[in-house]
Amino acid sequence: MEKEITFILNNQSVSVQTDTMRRLLDVLRDDLGITGTKEGCGEGECGACSVLLNGKLVNSCLIPVGSIEGDEVLTIEGFKLTKRFTVLEAAFAEAGAVQCGFCTPGMLMAAEALLTHNPKPEEAEIRDAISGNLCRCTGYNMIVEAIQIAGQRGDGLW
Amino acid sequence: MVNTYHPKELEEALAIRAREKTILLAGGTDLMVKRKNWSGLLPEFQLPVLFLNEIEELKKINRKEQFLKVGAAITLSDLLREELIPEVLKEAIREMASPAIRNLATLGGNICNASPAGDTLPFLYATDATLVLKSLTGERKMSVDAFIHGPGKTAIREDEILTEVIIPINTFNKAYFKKVGTRKANAISKLSFVGLARVSEAKVEDIGICFGAVGPTIVRRKEIEAKIIGTGLSELAGLIPEIVRLYEPCIKPIDDQRSKAFYRKTVSLRILEFFLNTLNQ
Repeated sequence: MEKEITFILNNQSVSVQTDTMRRLLDVLRDDLGITGTKEGCGEGECGACSVLLNGKLVNSCLIPVGSIEGDEVLTIEGFKLTKRFTVLEAAFAEAGAVQCGFCTPGMLMAAEALLTHNPKPEEAEIRDAISGNLCRCTGYNMIVEAIQIAGQRGDGLW
Repeated sequence: MVNTYHPKELEEALAIRAREKTILLAGGTDLMVKRKNWSGLLPEFQLPVLFLNEIEELKKINRKEQFLKVGAAITLSDLLREELIPEVLKEAIREMASPAIRNLATLGGNICNASPAGDTLPFLYATDATLVLKSLTGERKMSVDAFIHGPGKTAIREDEILTEVIIPINTFNKAYFKKVGTRKANAISKLSFVGLARVSEAKVEDIGICFGAVGPTIVRRKEIEAKIIGTGLSELAGLIPEIVRLYEPCIKPIDDQRSKAFYRKTVSLRILEFFLNTLNQ
């Protein structure tokens, strides 16, 4: 069903005229040019399409866009403008947590979701928080380390 | 291209259900995968979709005496934050999917999806949970066991919505959950087990034992449980081989891409044995 759907994308109101059952992922990438959000598996297994919906981590490939009328969506493009991103970016670089980079936007959204609720996470908590995000390059240890470093450096930011 | 409805009130949703055939979508984490299409194309829904995610009435949890009334559209993440939810159910939920999926997926969805591997189901069967199904014409209550007929098949009528799950609490003092899967996150169960028991100093007062993913629906055998109830704790150890033997023909798993029938059966019975051995500790 075609409809105008309005939601807050990266702190700005956007309206799209589209079918309500289209995946948020497709609307972001194809209609709005927000290509930081990646499609990996398209079935919620890999986390490459992770975004924050009203502050909660979700897979944008599982969300019909008609269900998010008036909601707040944060993608890596919006998160990039924050100081918290700068801290995470430096920590990811330092720990060597990025290789091919395909999982990185989703990983960063998962890290942000974790640190917002738990600024000083234990290793097990980090592993649980990124358990829905697959990375085929790093073997995860560097990503876990990066999030730990960000937690320490970002004192007071989260 | 299908119509979609996004009601904010249950009454409105029930009125839509009464007048046309719809597909109910709560969290969508199973439906959007089952009906996924090629990248960029619309998911394949053949009927209008009725969204339940904006109905606040379906997201409440209340305690009434010895019962918890859990709204069917409450997400798994919200259940984990809820003090009233029994720890053994939380254990099962923590091993379901991933944080991002738990933020969308609902308890009612796990029930109505009626997968043999649905990880909240063994707990709901073991506690004799009751489901509340509402329609414009009234409400029906039935046990989860009567509601689920087989994989993907339930007793829900085309005009009904599952609104509430009623879970008896504090009926057990021993609880054990075990899920066996390929990896920790996003793995569908090869098999799962819930054992609940009320044990006094001398004997087993009550017991509920359920196996998931080893048959078309959750396996629970009340007639075997009846034989365990009343057993003195000192005699229990001697009785365990006999109990395991009674369960043996009831566990009838299949070979599929996740696991083999032989593995599923062997491990299910070992977990049962382990659980029974913990009762006198």
